[in-house]
Amino acid sequence: MDTNPESSSAVSRDFLVIELAQPDDFDGFRQAARVLLALNAEPHAVRWRFCQPLAQQMPTQDLFAADEAGSVVGRALTPDALDQLPLPPTQPLRLGKSQLSTLRLACCHNLAGRFALCYRWLHRLQSDHRLRLDALDSDWREIERLAKAAGREIHKMHAFVRFRPVPGTEADGQAMQIAWFEPEHHVLRAASGFFRRRFPNMRWAILTPQCSVYWDLEQLLLAPGSTADQAPEPDAGEQLWLTYYRSTFNPARLKEQAMQREMPRKYWKNLPEAVLISELVAGARGRTQRMLQT
Amino acid sequence: METIAKLSILADAAKYDASCASSGVKGRNSLGGKGMGSSEGMGICHSYAPDGRCISLLKILLTNFCIYDCRYCINRKSSNVQRARFTAAEVVALTLDFYRRNCIEGLFLSSGIIQSSDYTMEQLVEVARSLREDHDFRGYIHLKTIPDAAPELLALAGRYADRLSINIELPTPEGLQQLAPEKNAKQIQSAMGDVARHIQLAKQEGRSQAASSIISLPGSQRVRRARPPRYAPGGQSTQMIVGADDASDAAILLTSSGLYGGHGLRRVYYSAFSPIPDASADLPLQAPPLLREHRLYQADWLMRFYGFAHQEIVLPGSGGMLDLELDPKLAWALAHRQHFPMNLNRAPKEWLLRVPGLGVRSVQRLLMARRGRSLRLADLQQLRIATAKVLAFVELADYHPRRADLESPLLRQQLLQRMSHGVVQQKHSGMRLPDMGLSAKTSQLSLFD
Repeated sequence: MDTNPESSSAVSRDFLVIELAQPDDFDGFRQAARVLLALNAEPHAVRWRFCQPLAQQMPTQDLFAADEAGSVVGRALTPDALDQLPLPPTQPLRLGKSQLSTLRLACCHNLAGRFALCYRWLHRLQSDHRLRLDALDSDWREIERLAKAAGREIHKMHAFVRFRPVPGTEADGQAMQIAWFEPEHHVLRAASGFFRRRFPNMRWAILTPQCSVYWDLEQLLLAPGSTADQAPEPDAGEQLWLTYYRSTFNPARLKEQAMQREMPRKYWKNLPEAVLISELVAGARGRTQRMLQT
Repeated sequence: METIAKLSILADAAKYDASCASSGVKGRNSLGGKGMGSSEGMGICHSYAPDGRCISLLKILLTNFCIYDCRYCINRKSSNVQRARFTAAEVVALTLDFYRRNCIEGLFLSSGIIQSSDYTMEQLVEVARSLREDHDFRGYIHLKTIPDAAPELLALAGRYADRLSINIELPTPEGLQQLAPEKNAKQIQSAMGDVARHIQLAKQEGRSQAASSIISLPGSQRVRRARPPRYAPGGQSTQMIVGADDASDAAILLTSSGLYGGHGLRRVYYSAFSPIPDASADLPLQAPPLLREHRLYQADWLMRFYGFAHQEIVLPGSGGMLDLELDPKLAWALAHRQHFPMNLNRAPKEWLLRVPGLGVRSVQRLLMARRGRSLRLADLQQLRIATAKVLAFVELADYHPRRADLESPLLRQQLLQRMSHGVVQQKHSGMRLPDMGLSAKTSQLSLFD
């Protein structure tokens, strides 16, 4: 590729450190990657960092803290700053829609090297277009693995977030609903659009340790992270849900493993119905025996 | 009786219905609406009971009083189970409360027959109407339909519900005659046919409207045609009880195949007959045949996604029953070794789908990758599949199984041994593969879609 000698030397002399605005800042990553690819920046010469603007007491994390190079030298550039660099004319890299959404999801994963991995694949793709079709390429399979895990966490979040009404917040007869959730990956932003579309006429908030999101009936607001004790206590109405959970269980079909595969234990502490599981499992055999005897 | 006591009775009474699907409705949300609810195509399982079943919908009966006496049913007239009846308003309030807590995707409402079929159906439809019209509820509604209810009620039900179902109950008309003497197989089939026609018609209207557009005069406001009335966009499903009568797996799959082909059903659910309190003396006294149910689901999968015909799946000499030790695809391959090893670099898609251990997604990835280069053993490992199973049946650029191994009479035993050390086979329910990456065209594959 024909590159501008000035800009390419600025890149190759030492590391180029890119500082993204969020742990899941895919748009920033994309913007930066576009420039880096045009400059043909080698993947090993690029370092990715991100800010944790909403987390309290959490400094900016260096994604390469565990890397062989130790401390990172060089200039930290934001994607916007990077966009100011003069670029040689290049063919932009084109990706399929589903490839793009896989990359976006992979960037929500909590793996420290996620941005580096995605950039490495893009850089390889740029020099070898056949890679686009190679669904079994090991970098791509790893990206897919991250995307799958993050996508699953988003799906589980849509499923397992439990809202509780907050006493004393009633307006027009409706209390505000608050949920506490601990996602494993950086998926809160990616997951919250779903709740906006589902509950636009309800005031709700989802609190997580890293950041929180609040719907005020008009817009989604991001707020700092929270702790479990800031979430509301169970209300009287929750008993109905527990009653339902107890009654819909068929003791003659006990299959704990199947349940745990889809609802792993790590989610149990924030699911109100999970307190019933051990009692239901313990009583299942006896109940079935009695049914077979009568 | 308090709501909580009724809930305990009427959820217990409804738990023998296997379906809990909340999928099939695309792009509906509450932005711009007055109420709440959305449905984005993919169903969501909000919880799982210790029986491994997904809890997606509030699954209850309106009442468990019933004038029928179906032997397999806990709610039959002659059972001495405790009875209760919800009002329509109670069901509406419960649905909205659970939905607001994000515990459910919607409601699956069924009922014992009280007074008459029409009267009962009216009550069910009233709940759905109130949710949709009084509360602008846009979540999922599945209504169990009563086969001999008036056609107007059926039409109304489809307008409010996302999915309708009529249970075929037993695989054969003889079984139904024997265990549910008041029910009528012909009537059930004919009601399914009516629902299928309604669904078809609504789809056609939707399509023809999309094809024709209204031309507006320049400068005038753009006009949109009113939407055609919707009718159960999530389709129709049914349930068969397995193990309560002596129907074979071959008979069950024949019936299912007829239902998929004849009435365009979205799903046939198989429910292993479960012991119930105070069971009728006509029923087998045994634990439910869960493994048999599992094999039937796998066989059903083969018919719907893998291009198998129902008569191929149950093997000759098996007495009409599926192999309980092996999944039906592996059993088929062992009985048809002349077609293997399959060359993964050359075999067409429909044959790749017949390789034991290769799923629809893996086949897609292989097809895509082999467009660029030839596939090797390492590629198969990238797929993270049950290679113990696959390797016996395939050929790759750098891997050729020995003919003698494939033809060996010991192969079945060897595979069973290898698999018992390998991947857990029992993926019973609720397996969900988020649709992403390279598989833009595949639909969701989940046992409870």
